[in-house]
Amino acid sequence: MQKLARQVLQNNIRAIAKAISLVENGVETRKKETLIDTLHTHCGHGITWGITGPPGAGKSSLLDRLIEQLRHDNKKIAVIAVDPSSPFTGGAILGDRLRMQKHATDDSVFIRSMASRGHLGGVAGATGDAIKIFDAAGYDHIIIETIGVGQTEIDVMELSDIVLLVLVPGLGDEIQALKAGVMEIGDIFIINKKDIDGADRLRTEVEYVLNLKNNGENRSQHPVIMTSATLNEGVDEAYSVIQSYHQVLVENGELAIKRKERIEKELKHIAATKIKESVDKFLNIDDRLDRWIEEVFQKKVSPYKLLNKKIGEFLQEIDWK
Amino acid sequence: MIKKIRILIAKPGLDGHDRGAKYVARALKDAGYEVIYTGIRQTPEAIVKTAIQEDVDFVGLSLLSGAHNELFPKVVDLLREKEAADIVVFGGGVIPDSDIPSLKEKGIRAVFTPGAPIKDIINFIESVK
Repeated sequence: MQKLARQVLQNNIRAIAKAISLVENGVETRKKETLIDTLHTHCGHGITWGITGPPGAGKSSLLDRLIEQLRHDNKKIAVIAVDPSSPFTGGAILGDRLRMQKHATDDSVFIRSMASRGHLGGVAGATGDAIKIFDAAGYDHIIIETIGVGQTEIDVMELSDIVLLVLVPGLGDEIQALKAGVMEIGDIFIINKKDIDGADRLRTEVEYVLNLKNNGENRSQHPVIMTSATLNEGVDEAYSVIQSYHQVLVENGELAIKRKERIEKELKHIAATKIKESVDKFLNIDDRLDRWIEEVFQKKVSPYKLLNKKIGEFLQEIDWK
Repeated sequence: MIKKIRILIAKPGLDGHDRGAKYVARALKDAGYEVIYTGIRQTPEAIVKTAIQEDVDFVGLSLLSGAHNELFPKVVDLLREKEAADIVVFGGGVIPDSDIPSLKEKGIRAVFTPGAPIKDIINFIESVK
């Protein structure tokens, strides 16, 4: 077995950290693929949660409190905290763990910050593989904290067994809550900062929207919980609701459905990535692309006509069966 | 994709003056590095565990309380203990010139005192990465 994979399975902290860098950097493709393939059979034990919501909703603070609860039950926890990369310099400030740093010396808590590196959708491109690494290494709960920029963070749903949507009062009216996107991805709704004005009203609005949504749907009911991470109120309730929600998902078979959907997405993604790599290579051989641009520019040929012909040639060239 | 340089900026000890650390964190982000910032009042143990989990290439320590002679080398020693001596440690803050040679002897690769241009830190990172 690959040395790195063996060390990950032995829960060697340094090896896990190096393995995540390997999938993040994506330079050594062969090594990365061997690692993930080796770990594959050891995955599936860990429960994956996503935690998402607008910036400043208290995702990190709430997570900090939930880690306390999980540690109370002696669970091993991995956190993947995603922050944005600068589109201009590629640099990033990864500051989510600041609020969870009191767990830094706990051997059963592994916090890893990830920069989005240009990936859209609220998570990083390597988040899926990083989850597998933690899962194989024996972490009971793997929690993804998304960037928190709003209504397009749907990727987290495709990676998680359970999604917590953290909302706070004062961010907009019920029309915001009706919008497609973020409201549709939550399994459990948490209204944080419940001590400030408007929290009860927000709860009513969220429940109203969920009632509209649940009409005619067969899926599990979505719990709405009020918390204050700072005052440490409602967190124990949130924790027990998460546990029972998970239990229901296991019992009614939804968890297996979700995980199969995840595999479908993963397979399509890998196929698309690999095909794109071949296409890029094909297009750039002998400055082919430059010649075609010139031909289309001079109206010698039209784009569809050109490519329908060339793609036929391409499939022959890569020996497509 | 290429390998990104990851840097942990941490404040060991008890002083709460984090303006310098935040400035450096921000400037290194603008230079294109991924910077992990953990805030004030970190123990050397927490810093070392964070550095390992985050798989950083560098740890930058900022300290203005005067405890640098104890805490900076402690971080280096703990990294060695955890077989992570390849992580480069540098420091900054209010540090008397006379302390710098002994800090370097103990494994702190560079020390940047008040007024040091950010370019110096970037040059240092580029020269050892």
